[in-house]
Amino acid sequence: MSRQIFVATRKGLFTITKQSGHWAIRNAAFLGDNLSLVSFDPGDGTLYAAFNHGHFGCKLQRSDDDGKTWQEIPAPVYPADIVESPPMIDDFRKVSIPWSVQLIWALEPGGADQKGTLWLGTIPGGLFRSENRGESWELNRPLLEKQRESKWTGGGYDYPGLHSICVDPRDSNCVTVAVSTGGVWQTRDGGQSWHVSSHGMRADFLPPDQAYNPVMQDAHCMVQCAANPDHFWVQHHNGVFRSVDHAQSWQEVTHVQPSVFGFAIAVHPGNSNIAWTVPAVKDEKRYPVDGNVVVARTKDGGKSFEVLTHGLPQGHAYDLTYRHSLAIDSTGDLLAFGSTTGSLWVSEDQGTTWQNVSSHLPPIHCVRFDR
Amino acid sequence: MPRVVFTANLQRHIAVPPTIVNGKTAREVLDNVFLANPLARGYVLDDGHSLRKHMVIFVDGEPLQDRTHLSDPVDDDSEIYVMQALSGG
Repeated sequence: MSRQIFVATRKGLFTITKQSGHWAIRNAAFLGDNLSLVSFDPGDGTLYAAFNHGHFGCKLQRSDDDGKTWQEIPAPVYPADIVESPPMIDDFRKVSIPWSVQLIWALEPGGADQKGTLWLGTIPGGLFRSENRGESWELNRPLLEKQRESKWTGGGYDYPGLHSICVDPRDSNCVTVAVSTGGVWQTRDGGQSWHVSSHGMRADFLPPDQAYNPVMQDAHCMVQCAANPDHFWVQHHNGVFRSVDHAQSWQEVTHVQPSVFGFAIAVHPGNSNIAWTVPAVKDEKRYPVDGNVVVARTKDGGKSFEVLTHGLPQGHAYDLTYRHSLAIDSTGDLLAFGSTTGSLWVSEDQGTTWQNVSSHLPPIHCVRFDR
Repeated sequence: MPRVVFTANLQRHIAVPPTIVNGKTAREVLDNVFLANPLARGYVLDDGHSLRKHMVIFVDGEPLQDRTHLSDPVDDDSEIYVMQALSGG
């Protein structure tokens, strides 16, 4: 069983461990600072934290000792020729998209054979890669060109954002990313070329003739099954979608209870039929249905869902879970999720029962296990 | 030579002590500071090397005019303050 849970919040980074039979906060770091993400690289045990310092911009820190000490590393920046190139116009709002990192919104290690490699997604929708543990970053230009051609737009944020990165465990050069709003994109050559991979997704907030346009899909979060990497799940603005053919096509999953809307999604690492979401009222209201915090779980690939409530607040609970705030560990038994109102829950039985760790944390942006 | 002072609020993220450096413009002065402290650059300037949206620089008591190129001239005895653009609340 995993030993540590890292929780990135609006005002600090918290480490959760099991103590005397209960999960509890063991450490608080960077108190007062706004973290957008935390990421653990199981390849070398490195912990990364991403910040949005407001006035001072987005920054990165790295720890080699599970968060005891930290070192600042360079944050990605758009190259000068991109900054000075003609602006990209958000096709919906007709506003210029600035080539300047507004938020670090995805950070994942490369494959097991790529020690020290990191992929990083930003708002606006850039993808950066480092091959030296974040000492330097290179913008992926081919995907940026795809963004220009296909006219990604803002979703919940003003500008498009790349929030999900899945590196295929069979082939580290095969990487699938998801964008809000710009659909799903895939490379099979380490990022030299990309193709759109969101065929079958449906956006009912668009005119009927655009609803299935693959580059206009608002994916909220995408996950890939470790044991069966051809199988993906996406929590989309419009509902839940599943692919069983390596993201070449997607099928809508319509039976999620009590709501198909949400931000976060998790898949069991060993069984792609088992997945979890944290439903909310769509679209702009975004609070738990009837004020009951629940987790939806399917064990049959989305044909049916259970509504899990044991240990979760029922009645006048308005916790919303953001896209990076539901996590599963490498065993598939341990889950954790956090909310915008600072609640954190852990389950040791795949979500059947939950333990509340705290209801008084700052707004939670990201939850991650150490393996 | 001009003297550059950075807001105290920046010091908890990265150490940038008051510095005396060469330069005929705000850009030249800051470039010389960041030469010795490259991580500090991103706290003050954005990806395009313009002044960050919510930062302000005072040159001898006057807010910087050229926030894009930082071409405002400085004198040998100028004092440059790099601050957050705080606006109430």
